[in-house]
Amino acid sequence: MSIWPEERVAAADSDLDTVDMTVNVGPQHPATHGVFRMVLTVDGELVVGCEPYIGYLHRGLEKLSENADYRQAMGWWDRTDYLAGMCCEGAYTMAVERLAGIEVPERADYIRVIMMELSRINSHFMFLGAFGADVGSFGTSFVYAWRERERIYDLFEEVAGDRMFPTYFRIGGVTMDLPDNFESRCRWVLGSIKQGLEDMDGLLTGNEVFVERCRGLTPVTPEQAIAWGFTGPMLRATGVPWDIRKAEPYSVYPQIDFEIPVGVQGDVFDRFHVRLAECYQSVRIIEQCLEQMPEGRVLAPKLPKTLRINDGELYMPTEGTKGEYGVYLMAQGGTNPYRAKLRSPSFCNLSALTELVVGSYVADAIIILGSLDIVLGEVDK
Amino acid sequence: MSEFPFADPFFGLSWLDAIIRIVIVVLVMTLVVVYLTYGERKVVARFQMRLGPTRTGPIGLLQGFADAIKLLIKEDVRPRNADRWVFEFAPYLTFIPVFLVLVALPFAQDWGVRNLALGMFFVFAVLGLNIVGVLMAGLGSGNKYALLGGVRAAAQMISYEIPLVVALLAVAMVAGTLDLNAIVGMQDSRPFILIQPLAFVIFFTAMLSELHRAPFDIPVAESEIVGGYFVEYSGIRWSMFQLAEYASLWAFSIFGSAIFLGGWAFPFGEDWGWGWQLVLTLIKSLIMIMLIFWVRATLPRLRMDQLMSFCWKALIEVSFALLLVNGLFLYYDWPEPILAAVNWVGAILFLGGIYLRAARKPSTKNLVGSYKHAEVPNP
Repeated sequence: MSIWPEERVAAADSDLDTVDMTVNVGPQHPATHGVFRMVLTVDGELVVGCEPYIGYLHRGLEKLSENADYRQAMGWWDRTDYLAGMCCEGAYTMAVERLAGIEVPERADYIRVIMMELSRINSHFMFLGAFGADVGSFGTSFVYAWRERERIYDLFEEVAGDRMFPTYFRIGGVTMDLPDNFESRCRWVLGSIKQGLEDMDGLLTGNEVFVERCRGLTPVTPEQAIAWGFTGPMLRATGVPWDIRKAEPYSVYPQIDFEIPVGVQGDVFDRFHVRLAECYQSVRIIEQCLEQMPEGRVLAPKLPKTLRINDGELYMPTEGTKGEYGVYLMAQGGTNPYRAKLRSPSFCNLSALTELVVGSYVADAIIILGSLDIVLGEVDK
Repeated sequence: MSEFPFADPFFGLSWLDAIIRIVIVVLVMTLVVVYLTYGERKVVARFQMRLGPTRTGPIGLLQGFADAIKLLIKEDVRPRNADRWVFEFAPYLTFIPVFLVLVALPFAQDWGVRNLALGMFFVFAVLGLNIVGVLMAGLGSGNKYALLGGVRAAAQMISYEIPLVVALLAVAMVAGTLDLNAIVGMQDSRPFILIQPLAFVIFFTAMLSELHRAPFDIPVAESEIVGGYFVEYSGIRWSMFQLAEYASLWAFSIFGSAIFLGGWAFPFGEDWGWGWQLVLTLIKSLIMIMLIFWVRATLPRLRMDQLMSFCWKALIEVSFALLLVNGLFLYYDWPEPILAAVNWVGAILFLGGIYLRAARKPSTKNLVGSYKHAEVPNP
C-alpha cells in the first residue's frame, strides 16, 4: 500500500514527473497551536499548495450570546482569545456599557487597563515562547515565557480568583477592588517581565540561526496587509502605525503616554520583533496606570438588577492582542442582544495563510503559521 | 607491557577475548545510554530553570530504567501501509553500525575491543551505514512525515560526511597514521586541538549534523515533522532508535576526544594506570557531550536549504583548504608551531565570520519608527 494514490503514481510515471504529496498538518500537531488543520501540498520540500481547515473549536459564541442575558454571556467571551481573557471580556463589557450608556468609575477603568495590558503581555509571551519552539529551540524559549506567564497568572488569581478565564470585569466596573498589596506585587511582576523580555531578546533576537530563519521571510507590504484585513501586530509589522488604543481611544488610554512600535518590511522577523517591543510598551502603560490610579468605587452605583437595553446597535473596536477585536451588538429591547458578532483578528489574519505559505519550504510554513499568532478559540468562535 | 592487564587476550583465546570485550562494551554502553538520557534531561532542565526527573530513585537516578521498562512493555505498533520487513529491520540497521563503531574506539591504552590499524577509516565506513537504516525507516513507515524525515536525513548525513571526513583526514595527515590508538598516543604532551583547531570546529559542526542534534535536527524536527523518520515507531523499536542516537552521541564524543582532546594520553601519557586513562577518556567525552547538550538547549533549528548551503558553501571549502595547507606544511617539513598558528588564524577567522554575521542583530529598544500617534492607513 503506497502513501500516494495509485492513479497519480501511474500518471507521474508516464510523464517522467514527480508526484506532489499532500501532507496533513494538524489538528493534532505540535506546531498548529491548538486544533487548526492545514493540508499542505508539497513538491519535495517546497510547499505548492495549502488548504486551511478551521472550525474544530466552534462553540457558537455569537448564538449563545444572543440567547443569554448580557451579564451571563461574559464567561463565553473570555474564552475566545483564551490567552488574554481580560482583553476579550474588556471588549465585551465596554461594548455593552457603551450601548446601555453606563458610566464606569475611573478607578475601575484603570484597573481594567492594567488587567488588559497584563493579558496582552501574557499573550505575547505565549507567542514569543511558542514561536521560539516553532523555530526549533527545544522548549527553552517556551519555558522562559512560561515563567513570566505563571507570575502574571498568579497575579490574576490574587485579584480575580481565577487564572485563565477570570470573568473579573462586570458591566459597570469590576467585580471587586484590588487586594491591598497589589501595587507592590504588580511592580515586582513587572520587573520580572522586563527581565523575561531581556532574556527572550537575548535568546532569540540575538541568535544568528533565529535571525537567518526569520529575516526576509514572506515580507508583506502595507497595501497587501490592509487588503488582507490584517490588524494588530501583523499590520504594524508592515510599518503602518495603526493601533486602536491610539486611533479610536477607549477607556483611559488617552491619558497614558505610550508608543506604537512598527516594523520595517512586515516579514516574520518584524512580526516577532513588534510583539516583543509591544510588551515593553505595555509595561510602560501599566506603570503609568499604577501611578495615576485614583481611589474610589470600582463598580458603578445604581446598576439595574436586570440589564435591558432599548433599540440600538454598536460596533466597539478594541485593540486585542492579535489585532482589532471588535464586538458588534444589536439590541432590540429585552435582556439579551438581538445580534452579537465578533470581529476576530486571528480569523482575518489567518485568511492570508495560503498566500503567505505557498512557495516557501515546509519548515517555513510552520513558522509562518506561528508568526500569524492565531488563537483557535478566536478563529472558530 | 605487563602493567596493563588488558593488553593480552583474556584466557589466551582471541575469539573468547573478543566476545568478552564486546559484551563488556555493550553492557557499559547500554548503561551509559540510560544515564545519557537522564543526564540530558537533567542538564537541559537546568538550562530551562526546571528540575528534570526527581521522582524515580534518589534525584531521579532510576528514571532511565523506568523509561526502558515502560518502552519494553509497550505495544509494538506497525501501521497497515508500512512495508513490513523494511519497517521492522530499520531500527536494527541504525543500531548495529553504532555498535560496530565501538569496536574500534580506544578507551584506554590497550583497552578497546580491537585496536585496528585503520581504525579511523573503519569508523567512517561503519558510520556511513547508519544512513541505510534511517532511510529504510523513512521509506518503510508509510508515513509522509517519516518520508520527509528520512529523505532529509539522507541528504544531510551524506553531505556532512564530506567535511567530517576531510577535517579528520587533515588531522590524520599530521599524525601520519589512521590507527586511533597511535593517534592518541602521540598526544601525550599536546592534544591535536591545539594544532588543528579549525579541524575541530569543522568536526564538531559536522558531528552535530551527523547526530541530528540542534541546530541540525532537521530530520527529526519535532515542531515540523513530529519526529521525522521514527514517527511511526513505538515501544521497543522506538527505543532502538533512541539507543542508537545516544550510543552514537557517546561514540562520536569518544572518537572526537580521542582525536582532538588527547583521549587517554593527555596530560598524563602512559605513566598512569589504565584506570586513570579510562577516567580521562570519560571526562573528555563528557565535555564533548555537555557541549552538544548546551548547543541543543540554546539554538533554534536551521532550514534544510540553509543547512545544505552552509555545508557546501562553507564547511567543505574550508575543510579542503585545511587539507591543502596541512599538505603544504608536511611536504616542505615546516615546523609544527607555524602550522598550529596558521590553523588558529583559520579557526578564528571562521568563527569570527560567523560571529560578525550574528552581530548584525537589530535592536528592540529603538525599533525603527516608533510612533506616538496612530495614522489612518490610506493606501
